[in-house]
Amino acid sequence: MTSLSRDDVAKLAGLARIEMSDAELVALSNEFTVILDAVARVQEVAGEDVPATSHPLPLRNVFRPDEVIASLSPTDALSGAPAQEEQRFRVPQILGEE
Amino acid sequence: MIRNSAFDMAGKLASGEITSVQLTQAHLDQITAVDKDVHAFLHVDTQGALAQAAAVDAKRKSGEKLAPLAGVPLALKDVMTQKGIPTTCGSKILEGWRPPYDSTVVAHLKKNDIVILGKTNMDEFAMGSSTENSAYGPTHNPWDLTRIPGGSGGGSAASLAAFEAPLAIGTDTGGSIRQPAAVTGTVGVKPTYGGVSRYGLVAFSSSLDQAGPCARTVLDAALLHEAIAGHDPKDSTSINAPVPAVVAAAKAGNVKGMRIGVVKELNGDGYQKGVRTRFEESLELLAAAGAEIVEVSAPNFEYALAAYYLIAPSECSSNLARFDAMRYGLRVGDTDGASAESVMNLTREVGFGREVKRRIILGTYALSSGYYDAYYGSAQKVRTLITQDFNKAFEKADVLVSPTCPTTAFKIGEKANDPLAMYLNDIATIPVNMAGIGGMSLPSGLAEEDGLPVGFQIMSPVMKDDRMYSVGAALEAALLSKWGAPLLSNIPALAGSK
Repeated sequence: MTSLSRDDVAKLAGLARIEMSDAELVALSNEFTVILDAVARVQEVAGEDVPATSHPLPLRNVFRPDEVIASLSPTDALSGAPAQEEQRFRVPQILGEE
Repeated sequence: MIRNSAFDMAGKLASGEITSVQLTQAHLDQITAVDKDVHAFLHVDTQGALAQAAAVDAKRKSGEKLAPLAGVPLALKDVMTQKGIPTTCGSKILEGWRPPYDSTVVAHLKKNDIVILGKTNMDEFAMGSSTENSAYGPTHNPWDLTRIPGGSGGGSAASLAAFEAPLAIGTDTGGSIRQPAAVTGTVGVKPTYGGVSRYGLVAFSSSLDQAGPCARTVLDAALLHEAIAGHDPKDSTSINAPVPAVVAAAKAGNVKGMRIGVVKELNGDGYQKGVRTRFEESLELLAAAGAEIVEVSAPNFEYALAAYYLIAPSECSSNLARFDAMRYGLRVGDTDGASAESVMNLTREVGFGREVKRRIILGTYALSSGYYDAYYGSAQKVRTLITQDFNKAFEKADVLVSPTCPTTAFKIGEKANDPLAMYLNDIATIPVNMAGIGGMSLPSGLAEEDGLPVGFQIMSPVMKDDRMYSVGAALEAALLSKWGAPLLSNIPALAGSK
């Protein structure tokens, strides 16, 4: 049986950039024991020789002619911005103070 | 007027018996009358719909040649962008967002002069099977308001059953068009993956997501299918080939000599008695219509659900990383000196609901170093095996069939705290998405034990979508002559309904 501790879930939540309360972490940790047991069944069936499918279509890269076409105006692009300044997205501080 | 098929409405519009403004107003009135109980819509665009209808009427008056569904109203799932119209995906993180562009599906709808009434409710980011995961409250099944309308596209399906719209757009990642269709007694089609553009469809699981038509008849679904399908240079996974002739197939409804394969593994234990009875009865009707019924086996389908709940969360954990509070949508905790990372963490905590968080964390785990091969890698191999099962089965049969869902609609709240029980709803619909083939659900009657609708699923090979329309139309015609009236004529009247 695979299980994830509260601290394991906290680490994953950090990687996924989601703040979580202690109650949420504990609840998810309990649920994951059951869910991981169910999904681990995928390990029972496919041998080494089975290729992986990442996509239903055989994808290949395609190119279009290099022509200038209409794109979003700055006003449209910024229309949903939580904050903006001088035709730019205003974002919180990314680098530390030093 | 609102109980007609879209095809009949289009006929009345073409002959001048009614105008699009009258037809649109009649649907808006129905929405006003019943949607307080059904809650199919998150946003109703009264002004925009009436303006679009008036424009179609003017074009018609001037003698312009119009598309087959011109002037007929439609409900749009809130996962599809429409310029200037709120698009929430059922999530708080997108509350109030108005996209600056149209999805390709919406562009096709506008080009076909199909009138867009508004946006329909859904499980948050299309993750769910009951619409209970919407941040804006559940949609209620018009057959019984205490029950779920399916999900994630419960709003679209319920709007059809409540006669609020004759057509709707859905999206299907693991059954989100077909399962709601089954439990509301309506028709829903997931086209071949790549058959309809995903541009402007807010991504949940990119290798599985597919938009498609929802309607009350097979022909209506076919007409909408042709209106929205086709190659789109804006979607690199869009198939560059002619759209299958689904309207012609739905009009002919011919199954003579077709081999219909019953998938042994998608039946039996775990399927409600009334679901099995209606399925057997439909097979007999198809045999009587000239089809040959054969049995096929797909031994790896039993692993499909497990593989799906690794692949879809893995892709979702990556796709939903875009909701980072920087360029659009909710931003929380942006106080003086707060770091970008803490703003992201707080925004995603407040903006996402439980199921979305559950899947993001599961996907993050499945993709993490040391677990990747055991989980995501194994799931991708299962995906290969499922596709091989389909390929073998399609050597013996032209289409495959099964019940769409193991049960009829359950009560709102019944499975809300049991994610695994909820996931089982999709056990018969998920294999189709894994292989990227086409799937349809149409009503096959009511289960005797609870009087609720049962769905019949038809699966067709890649880009042979016309085959499921042939079979669907044949079965629909046989059932109609047996019943004497469409299944939806049995639906209890909603308070205030027109």
